Amino acid sequence: MKTSRSGGDGWFRVFLGVFPVLVLAIVVGIGIALFSESILSIRRFGINFWFTDVWDPVPHGNALTGQFGAKPFIWGTLYSSILALIIAGPISLGIATYLSELCPPKLRQPLIFLTELLAAIPSIVYGLWGVFVLVPLIRQVEVHTPESWRQFPLFSGPPLGLGMLSAALILAIMVTPFISSLAREVLKAVPRTQREGAYALGATQWEAIRVALSYGRTGIIGAVMLGFGRALGETMAVTMVIGNNPRVSWSLFAPQYTMAAVIANEFTEAADELHLHALIEIGLVLFIITLFVNALSRLLIWSMNKQAVARPKTKLEPAKIGSAA
Amino acid sequence: MKTWRRRVTSRIAVALCALSVLIALIPLAAILFYVVSQGIQALNWNFFTKTPVPVGETGGGMANAIVGSLMMSGLGALMAVPVGILSGIYMSEYAGSRLASAVRFAADTLNGVPSIVIGVFAYTIVVLPFRQFSMIAGAVALGTMMIPIIARNTEELLRLVPHTLREGALALGATRGRAIMTVVLPAALPGIITGVVLALARIAGETAPLLFTSLNNGYWNLDPTQPTASLTVQIYTYASSPYEDWHRQAWAGALVLVSIVLICSILARFATRRLEKMSLGS
Repeated sequence: MKTSRSGGDGWFRVFLGVFPVLVLAIVVGIGIALFSESILSIRRFGINFWFTDVWDPVPHGNALTGQFGAKPFIWGTLYSSILALIIAGPISLGIATYLSELCPPKLRQPLIFLTELLAAIPSIVYGLWGVFVLVPLIRQVEVHTPESWRQFPLFSGPPLGLGMLSAALILAIMVTPFISSLAREVLKAVPRTQREGAYALGATQWEAIRVALSYGRTGIIGAVMLGFGRALGETMAVTMVIGNNPRVSWSLFAPQYTMAAVIANEFTEAADELHLHALIEIGLVLFIITLFVNALSRLLIWSMNKQAVARPKTKLEPAKIGSAA
Repeated sequence: MKTWRRRVTSRIAVALCALSVLIALIPLAAILFYVVSQGIQALNWNFFTKTPVPVGETGGGMANAIVGSLMMSGLGALMAVPVGILSGIYMSEYAGSRLASAVRFAADTLNGVPSIVIGVFAYTIVVLPFRQFSMIAGAVALGTMMIPIIARNTEELLRLVPHTLREGALALGATRGRAIMTVVLPAALPGIITGVVLALARIAGETAPLLFTSLNNGYWNLDPTQPTASLTVQIYTYASSPYEDWHRQAWAGALVLVSIVLICSILARFATRRLEKMSLGS
């Protein structure tokens, strides 16, 4: 009787185990599928794909003679995401700090709800709002930028509104709720004793918060990196406001392009198989980059949580207290 | 002197933190204001009952796109719910095992994969072999995105179920499988369903994975092997067109989409809060 029951348990586990294996298979499958469908481009251009900036899908004469270099797209993706983090990072940390350390208890739940509502709005709605509200606003800002500023490469180019600045702003709005809610979780994991210790030493409110922030810095860096991963892959809103011009430029006003945007725009209109494979190769690299960024940030947050769990055990040590008494 | 400076610094820093919350609420208010005010003007009965009309003609709606979105999200859920929930059960019930850790990591990874990449994946495994853009391809993309959300949510909720319940069932002689399926899972079921609804709300707002899987369709389509319109792709098409009338339709579509997503999240939030109270009380 007993053996048959435990045997039943084994079968249950095997049946249940099929599904997690399926999830693993999907992740591995994405990598394999993207690799095998971009093989033409990988073979043809090799490493140069990443360092040249000619993107000319139209075949000259024979088929499969287009030129593909992904540099402008990689540049646009990295530049827009980093700018977005420069804007969103401090604001998100401010929000997380306010909500977890400073907020009056009655306001806390409603404010958390409102800031997280930003995360629920679909990307396409951000894009729509971006095109018809944000971009005209940015255009006005650009038109009124003083001529002397426009000499700098950072502000050069015609005032279109569509461009890097709009993209970075909309990305910043989109990743803010994401980073702030993760950072809030991290601050929650910081033991109370850390803050109380600081207060006991005569710290001001801000100094106590800084103690908590620096205790959780690993997790906070992880949270910001996860936000970076989000920004890298964001498609619709960015595609609609960045101007879609494959040129490497430092200018915030210049229309540029991102990896996700070029896939979204050109995929259904691919001129031939080589073009399609080049686009899928961009997808493959986006996949690998986000995989890497995600793994690293999860590792940071995870090590932070582990540390927070481990601390109280080593600190309490009841035996010593007993012997002292 | 020094204390004075430290106090002022503290005050300023605290004020800046409060200010950042305000800064984040500005875009939220601005977006909701524009979506509601622009959307209301264009929203009418035709929007929910008619299909799109050619440029130049006024009127028309997104009835086919709304149904397309619902069908694709539903089909996606049909694929994702069993895989997600059962993986979640595995992760929580065999938490220490190597497979559980691997899947937890895989699910988090999958959650972070950009939606456009998921779209490319669905294109390579469904559209390429069948040489046909289709509703199924869109549903596969959406389902792939739902799996990690549902799995992680299920895992977390099962962890909230008190251990005494499991032990009670095991003490009565139930096998582990039986204890999980008849005692632990039902206890967490309302929360799991809430999680599925939230995942559906998130998936219904996705555009990028549908662009080159389900494509778009100006007419009614209920055949899963044919290209299908979706609310989101339709908004995108209209928003990037130069026509005033289409822009108005896009705003109306955005209002419908935001309403669906927000109503789902608000309902889910109330449901989870009640659940949390219940599990804390017991």
